[in-house]
Amino acid sequence: MTSPLEQKKIKITGPSVVTANRTWDGIVVYRTPEQGWSAKLADAAIVRTSDDARVLLAESVADDVGAIGAYIAPVEVRDGGAIKPGNLREQIRSAGVTIGLPVQA
Amino acid sequence: MYAYDELDRTLINERVSEFRDQVKRRLSGELTEDEFKMLRLQNGVYLQLHAYMFRVAIPYGTLSSRQLRQLAHVARRYDRGYGHFTTRQNIQFNWIKLAELPDALADLAEVGIHAMQTSGNNTRNVTSDQWAGVAPGEIEDPRIWSEILRQYTTLHPEFSFLPRKFKFAITASAHDRAAIKIHDIGLRLHKNAQGETGFEVMVGGGLGRTPFIAKTIRPFVHGSDLLSYVEAIMRVYNQYGRRDNIYKARIKILVHELGIERFAQEVEEEWRQIRDGALKLDDSVVEEIRSRFTYPAYEKLAHMPDELRKAAHDPHFEAWRRNSVFPHKMTGYAIVTLSLKPVGGPPGDATADQMDALADLADKYSFGEIRVGHEQNLALPHVARRDLPTLWKALDKIGLATPNVNLVSDIIACPGLDYCSLANARSIPIAQELTRRFSNHDTANLIGRLHINISGCINACGHHHVGHIGILGVEKNGEEFYQITIGGRADENAQLGSLVGPAVPYAEVADVIEDIVEAYLALRANPDELFVDSVKRLGVEPFRERVYATR
Repeated sequence: MTSPLEQKKIKITGPSVVTANRTWDGIVVYRTPEQGWSAKLADAAIVRTSDDARVLLAESVADDVGAIGAYIAPVEVRDGGAIKPGNLREQIRSAGVTIGLPVQA
Repeated sequence: MYAYDELDRTLINERVSEFRDQVKRRLSGELTEDEFKMLRLQNGVYLQLHAYMFRVAIPYGTLSSRQLRQLAHVARRYDRGYGHFTTRQNIQFNWIKLAELPDALADLAEVGIHAMQTSGNNTRNVTSDQWAGVAPGEIEDPRIWSEILRQYTTLHPEFSFLPRKFKFAITASAHDRAAIKIHDIGLRLHKNAQGETGFEVMVGGGLGRTPFIAKTIRPFVHGSDLLSYVEAIMRVYNQYGRRDNIYKARIKILVHELGIERFAQEVEEEWRQIRDGALKLDDSVVEEIRSRFTYPAYEKLAHMPDELRKAAHDPHFEAWRRNSVFPHKMTGYAIVTLSLKPVGGPPGDATADQMDALADLADKYSFGEIRVGHEQNLALPHVARRDLPTLWKALDKIGLATPNVNLVSDIIACPGLDYCSLANARSIPIAQELTRRFSNHDTANLIGRLHINISGCINACGHHHVGHIGILGVEKNGEEFYQITIGGRADENAQLGSLVGPAVPYAEVADVIEDIVEAYLALRANPDELFVDSVKRLGVEPFRERVYATR
């Protein structure tokens, strides 16, 4: 059977990262260059070509004990190297809900 | 309240043990996520944007104070100190850890609560009127039948892998508070010409991408035939429902494509073969279920006690009483609706502290019982009218006495893009802004009954199609936009709303809603004509003109 990775054409148009949710607690994580996961977007491996994105996603999906639901997400790399989420959904995943929680942490 | 027997308790406890083992195998890597996903979904565990989300069933919206305290405990111990009441009498916890879920389930099982079938392609939580058993004029308590259906559908082997999810709702009142016409099967208890009690059966309702109002498939099914008739419907659906396209898999699509007459013929043929079989409900079985529901020992009380007469001089109390207190079947008692829509708050959220305090108030003033409604509000179903002034003060202290029930700021909203992985746009901030715009109680009263429903995507968890004003979040070129519909309703005259015009950006939504409301105030025939009736009389055009004339 063809894997979903092979079935799906992966094409990126700018800098991207692989993000997922950590398996044991569900928090948002990013794939790192060291083939691990980090809760910080700043630690994420940045890919700039579709081939690199495909490779990074494949190794991420293979680690489903570490994290689940891995996918490629766009980012902006600012002057100085700061990484920012590339859309509202990823901004919310990275920074948290845009509302005050009923109970403050 | 329904009292669980040993079979119920064993079933729930075994389910917890089973899930504990499944989670252990998942975390060790013995199960892949692909293998585990269906197992977790069948226990109400989703993966959302920030974390796992855990959906717990509150069958037919009835909770004991002990159960509510345990929900508070789960919120506090395993989540972030609050829960979100949904449009289907469930509660959701947004920040739960997979590794701790078996413990949370075990804690809930101690009080007879579970999360079975709150997700997945099976029969979901059976919902009902939150005033069941106490509403004046009710044919009979619909929870008896809800419970029969709950037992029948729980872990039903033939219907555990349906083409898609399947939802029941039941009411026994002339006024539909359970939104039965937007369910896969809607059941209305009523009496036929011979005075017998039975069900009008409706089928094929639902919202989402392709919304339909349910159609009556049989105007009267006797209670003894309920399970066999329902089984016939579900068998036809299970056989012919599409499994090749998730967007066309709900029974509403099958009913629409076959036509209700052809669908009904198929059901009749199936029913003919099974109606006199094992599913025929003996009166003794129904009575056994009925006997497991206990009712309060009501006192004989005055309708207008001195306490209430005195409190009537307090305008704040009176504002709340007029808005939130409803007639009860017993003289001297009332049903009290508790708004979970404070100004600036997320609709449907309650903190663990509020839940604990409310459980105490339920013990003191409502025979230990709480109800959950699909409008994302709670209710105390058995309050002595003499206690209303004291209860009001206590509710006010814990933020549960906002006098906006059924008014413009009593907004239904899904979690939207702040939480949900399916959402395209945010719902909660829109709701919060609208509650601020309409926070003036006199203005809200002037406007009268007006339901605003907000969904953050086409899946319509916020029931936007049937809001008097519906707001649907969509994404356009990376920006949040919102389509506005008007004229929808979810009651016994259920109807889908009509689009007012092109979608508007996030920043303009509250202004547009204000324009629509102002147009209504200017156009209504008289102060008693509700918004939704004005729309019916006038159509969309005058509202469209008002909204888009200057945009």
